[in-house]
Amino acid sequence: MVRQDIKYRDDFRGAQFHPHVFLMWLGLVSIAMLFAGLISAYIVRQSAGNWLEFPLPGIFIYSTLTIVVSSATLAWAYRSYLRGWQRSYRQGLFLTFLLGVAFLVMQYLGWTALYQRGIGISGNPAGSFLYVLTGLHALHLIGGLFALAVIVYQAWWGHVQMSQRQVIRLKIISYYWHFLMILWIILYGFLYFTR
Amino acid sequence: MAKVQAIDYDVDKYLEEQGYDDHFHEHEHGDKYKVSFISKYIFSTDHKIIAKQYLITGMVWAFIGAFFSLIFRLQLGYPDMDLSWLRPILGGWININSEGVGSLSPDFYYAMVTIHGTVLVFFVLTAGLSGTFSNFLIPLQIGARDMASPFLNMLSYWFFFLASVVMLLSLFLESGPFAGGWVAYPPLSALPQAMMGSGMGMNLWLISLVFFVVSVLLGGLNYITTVINLRTKGMSFWRLPLTVWSFFITAIIGLLSFPVLVGGFILLLLDRLLGTSFYLSDIFIAGEALHHVGGSPILYQHLFWFLGHPEVYIIILPAMGIVSEVMSTHARRPIFGYKAMVYSIIAIGFLSFLVWAHHMFVSGMDPFLANFFILFTLIIAVPSAVKVFNWITTLYKGNIHLTVPMLFAIGFVSFFISGGLTGLYLGNAPIDIQMHDTYFVVAHFHIVMGVAAFFGMFAGVYHWFPKMFGRYMNQTLGKIHFWLTIVAAYMVFWPMHYLGVAGVPRRYYTFDSFVNFSQFDTLNQIITIFALVGFTAQLLFAFNFFYSIFYGKKVSDRNPYRANTLEWSAPTNPGHGNWPGKLPVVHRWPYDFHKNGSDYRPQYVPLDPDERDVH
Repeated sequence: MVRQDIKYRDDFRGAQFHPHVFLMWLGLVSIAMLFAGLISAYIVRQSAGNWLEFPLPGIFIYSTLTIVVSSATLAWAYRSYLRGWQRSYRQGLFLTFLLGVAFLVMQYLGWTALYQRGIGISGNPAGSFLYVLTGLHALHLIGGLFALAVIVYQAWWGHVQMSQRQVIRLKIISYYWHFLMILWIILYGFLYFTR
Repeated sequence: MAKVQAIDYDVDKYLEEQGYDDHFHEHEHGDKYKVSFISKYIFSTDHKIIAKQYLITGMVWAFIGAFFSLIFRLQLGYPDMDLSWLRPILGGWININSEGVGSLSPDFYYAMVTIHGTVLVFFVLTAGLSGTFSNFLIPLQIGARDMASPFLNMLSYWFFFLASVVMLLSLFLESGPFAGGWVAYPPLSALPQAMMGSGMGMNLWLISLVFFVVSVLLGGLNYITTVINLRTKGMSFWRLPLTVWSFFITAIIGLLSFPVLVGGFILLLLDRLLGTSFYLSDIFIAGEALHHVGGSPILYQHLFWFLGHPEVYIIILPAMGIVSEVMSTHARRPIFGYKAMVYSIIAIGFLSFLVWAHHMFVSGMDPFLANFFILFTLIIAVPSAVKVFNWITTLYKGNIHLTVPMLFAIGFVSFFISGGLTGLYLGNAPIDIQMHDTYFVVAHFHIVMGVAAFFGMFAGVYHWFPKMFGRYMNQTLGKIHFWLTIVAAYMVFWPMHYLGVAGVPRRYYTFDSFVNFSQFDTLNQIITIFALVGFTAQLLFAFNFFYSIFYGKKVSDRNPYRANTLEWSAPTNPGHGNWPGKLPVVHRWPYDFHKNGSDYRPQYVPLDPDERDVH
């Protein structure tokens, strides 16, 4: 049995709806539109012909697994926080951060593998599009890592309390992170089936 | 007309008795904002200050853009005129020949046309219009203390400011700002060597617009969240003023369309910087083939116009909302067909995403596909006509006060009708292919989204000036401003239709080599003269605006127009938090004029026992 060892602050009201969380949802909508626009551009360009077909780097399968697991660990950390389990909260956050970095490294390895096969960014648009879609996703993930780093730092070296502010913060970062996971699966599936 | 009772409502009594106590002033952040000059007026998180920042930055850009238009109008109306007197301002943009006669350099003619378009569309009519009024009115009219995230709101303005600075910098480059048209089609925008402005000028243009999109998105996120989450007690969606409805839908349109533009810009940047071939293909420069293969410039057009068309509704919808509010208040009549107005705004917002390719009829698109876009384009006429009908019927049998905001609101409807009708012509591919890139198009969009949106903006500025600055603008100067502007605007853009029908192409530096266009020389001169008149009228407005901020007649009454919306229930200068005590509670829709024998009933007045809030 894990002991509940995080203290409650007065304003703690559990996982309640907050305007800032809604702001994040809307932000996700606009990111989704960015990728929707690029994916449409991909489809339009591909149908015009002169399109290079190449297999995706094998390591993308492992990076996909990594990001799915990182999403799960973040969900685990969030649940632990709401229940007041400090240890698993800390571990979950830290694991998520590590897995996020691992994902980025794998993406980088994937790009170098592609590049060595002769598929550079400035060659056939098929390659350029792949780099743009995966690269923009990675950029968004780096932004998420910065936010995670702040929370990890607080959880390990700061004073952990149950506060409404922290719940909202965790919610916001969780939605963002899960969104990036789903976005990656969609991108990977799209690139895999629409080559 | 039934006799009405002019009552003054004791706002403070209603707020004290009926108001909703959100314990705002008990929290520590209630007073956090009363700090130094810098955090009050510069890095302010107060939506009212941010709105004024947007407005004044927008005005500065409006004058820069309008000044450019005067210079290129001089070139078009009087191509032989000696422009050497402009050299102190424009420097190397004016070429001086051996006889000492100065003329505008063609490269800079294109640069001015481009910057005029970019600045007016994005900086003035998007940031200056929806930025100003969404910020100012949304929290005040829904009864909120501030935006959902005042900090993001502040960032939104400062990103706009950054965009402004970068764009301004590009004006001082030796090679000039970007000159390939405000739509920035590749290859002119993608190849640094394409023309003078395509190098550094284009880099700065892109950077500036990316900052601008960040600003629009941060603002838009806030507007939507605020409307959904922070409405006061009793303020249901069907009790929102039409201004708030229009800002709300505008923000949603922006949220969905601007990211796609950024996607297009990212591909454009990569084409420029990393040598990709998204938009470029088979280009030869001086007989030398570039390495770009397989790109399509049409792809850029799709991505651009997917924003570009919704963008015109981002511009016109806030103006429509302001006009509805102003008309109803100054005609002392409930807005006719409130729900129809709301549904029309939503319908226009929805349809705006289905019509972008009507800007591309000559790009070689499938004529069968074009039919789809024609159909949806023409369907937009239906909600637009509903709105025009409702404005006119709002005036019908109203007690019309021809105040300055009312004049501008009526002017808006006039321009929206005249410009909207030519939209029906241009929405048809067969006519558009004939008229494409002629002055007919220029006349159409300037009237319907340029002048009309400006009239909406003026109506808003004159109407809410007392709320913004606690003083009135001068009404006589305002009326002179109105009449000069409406006459000048019609005299500038009306004749352009004839030019366009005769086939005079837009974006041309000179028509010297087209003998049959010489018949339009006088017409072009008339247009230029009235452009000057119109510009002078705006100087009058600027004088009135800034003079009145400091020396205008003071507002003595909290609710000078006897309007119903909540912003007039707050003290004239309420400070951060908008209401000094409790928040107002809403009992009715905002257009209860002439109801049950009383001239007006503000939204915070409870219903009488036998009264129902039906509309």
